[in-house]
Amino acid sequence: MLSKRIIPCLDVRDGKTTKGVKFQGNIDIGDPVEMARFYYKEGADEIVFYDITASSDRRNIMIDVVRRVAEEIFIPFSVGGGIRTIEDMRRVLLAGAEKVSVNTAAVRNPEIITDGARAFGSQCIVLGMDVKKVDTSRKIPSGYEIVIHGGRTYMGIDALEWAKEAENMGAGEICLNSIDADGTQQGYEMALTSLISENVNIPVIASGGAGNIDHIYDVLTKGKADAALVASIVHHGTHTIKQIKEALHAQGVKVRMRW
Amino acid sequence: MIAIVDYKAGNLSSVERALKKLGFGCRITQRREEILSCERIIIPGVGAAGKAMSDLKRLGLDEVLRYEFNAGKPILGICLGAQIILERSRENEAECLGLIEGNVELFPHPLFSEEKDRLKIPHMGWNSVNLRKEHPVLEGIAPADEFYFVHAYYPLPASDEYVFGTTCYGIEFASVIGYNNLIAVQFHPEKSGKAGLRLLEKFCAWDGCYAK
Repeated sequence: MLSKRIIPCLDVRDGKTTKGVKFQGNIDIGDPVEMARFYYKEGADEIVFYDITASSDRRNIMIDVVRRVAEEIFIPFSVGGGIRTIEDMRRVLLAGAEKVSVNTAAVRNPEIITDGARAFGSQCIVLGMDVKKVDTSRKIPSGYEIVIHGGRTYMGIDALEWAKEAENMGAGEICLNSIDADGTQQGYEMALTSLISENVNIPVIASGGAGNIDHIYDVLTKGKADAALVASIVHHGTHTIKQIKEALHAQGVKVRMRW
Repeated sequence: MIAIVDYKAGNLSSVERALKKLGFGCRITQRREEILSCERIIIPGVGAAGKAMSDLKRLGLDEVLRYEFNAGKPILGICLGAQIILERSRENEAECLGLIEGNVELFPHPLFSEEKDRLKIPHMGWNSVNLRKEHPVLEGIAPADEFYFVHAYYPLPASDEYVFGTTCYGIEFASVIGYNNLIAVQFHPEKSGKAGLRLLEKFCAWDGCYAK
C-alpha cells in the first residue's frame, strides 16, 4: 500500500531559505542545500523548493542550488516559483529536479501544463494552486477561488473547476495551498483539501496551516490528502520529521518508516 | 564502466548522479560501441513505451540490448526500462524487446484499496516490495524498506519464474522481475533514498548470476 508523504517546503530567495508568515516578513533560516540534506536524512519523503527570488536575472542562483541538491539527496524534489516557459522547466529538470510546479504561469497560460506534460511527462508537472475561501457564487460554485500575488489578486476562477481542468490538461499532481491557512499554524483547510482530492484522480499535496501533528493526521485521513507539506512546524524545530512520522505511524497512517 | 542507455526517455542524470555518489564510473550513451564495451548496462527511462521503442530501434539499440542479454552482461531495467524488456505493452500497443515473456498492462480503472478507498493513477509515491525469491541485487532489502514509484502501467510476466518481488496497489503486481543476467525494477532506485542506493550498489557488484 502506498505511503502518505511528508514533504518539507523550503522557500528560497537569492539562494537562501526563508519562511514567510502569510507571505510577509520572511526571515532567513539557512542554506537550502544543507537543509535539504538535513531533511533527507531525517526521513522526508520528498522536498519542495519554492523560488521567491524577485529579479529574473538572479534565477541562475536557483539552478545552481538545484544542481547541488541533486548531488546530495536521492529522493524526489520539486521546484516551483518563476517557472514561466518550457525552457524554464527544462533547466530545472536537467539540473536534477524530479518535478516542476507551475502556479501563476498556468493560470495565465494553461497551455504550459499541456506543453510541459507532452515534453517531460505528466509525472513532472505539478500544478500549484493558491486558493482563498469566498462566498459561493455562480462564477465560484465551490466557494473557493484561485488567487495569485500571494493572495492579493482574485482571478475569478473556481478552484475545483481549475483542478479538474489542470488534470485533463496533463498535470500529474496538485499542490493545494490555502492562503487563508498558510502560516497560521491553525491546521490545514480541510474542506478544501477533501473537496479537491475526492474530485480529481491525481495526487493532492495539502499545503498551508500545519501547526501540530494532529493537523497533519487530520488532513491525511479526513482531508484525503496524499501528502502533507510542512514548513514552520519543522523549520522552527517544533517537531522533527521523524517525530511526525512516528506519531502518524502509531495512529495507523501508513508512512515510510525506514530511511 | 556502466552504460546508462540514452534513448531520450526522460531525465537520466539522476541515475548518473546516484552512481557517481556511490563511486562508480558511468556514461550516458546511445553509441552502440560504447554500450558493447561497458561492463554493465542500465536501461532507465520515464515516458511512453511506444516512443521509447521507436527511439531504441532508430538508434539500433534494440539489437544491442538483445545481443548483450544473450551474451550474459548484467543489465538493470528501471521503471519504463522494466517494462520494455517484456514482449508487448498496452501503452501505445508497443512491440517491446521481448527479453522476458509477458506483457505490460494498464492498472484497472477504477482501482480500490483493501479499505475500499478509490486509488489514484498513476501509482505515485513510496511503496514496499515483497520479496518472492532471493537475488544478489536484492540482498539486504527489509520488509519495511520502501521505494519510489511513478507509473500507470505494470509488468505482467508470463510466468512466476520471472517474478522476484511484488507490490500492492489495488492489485498485487510484479515490481521486480528478472531472468538470467537481467534484473528490472518498476520503482526508481535512484530516487529511493538509502534502500535504492544499496540496490544500485549491489547491481554494480553483480556478476549476472543467481541461484535458480
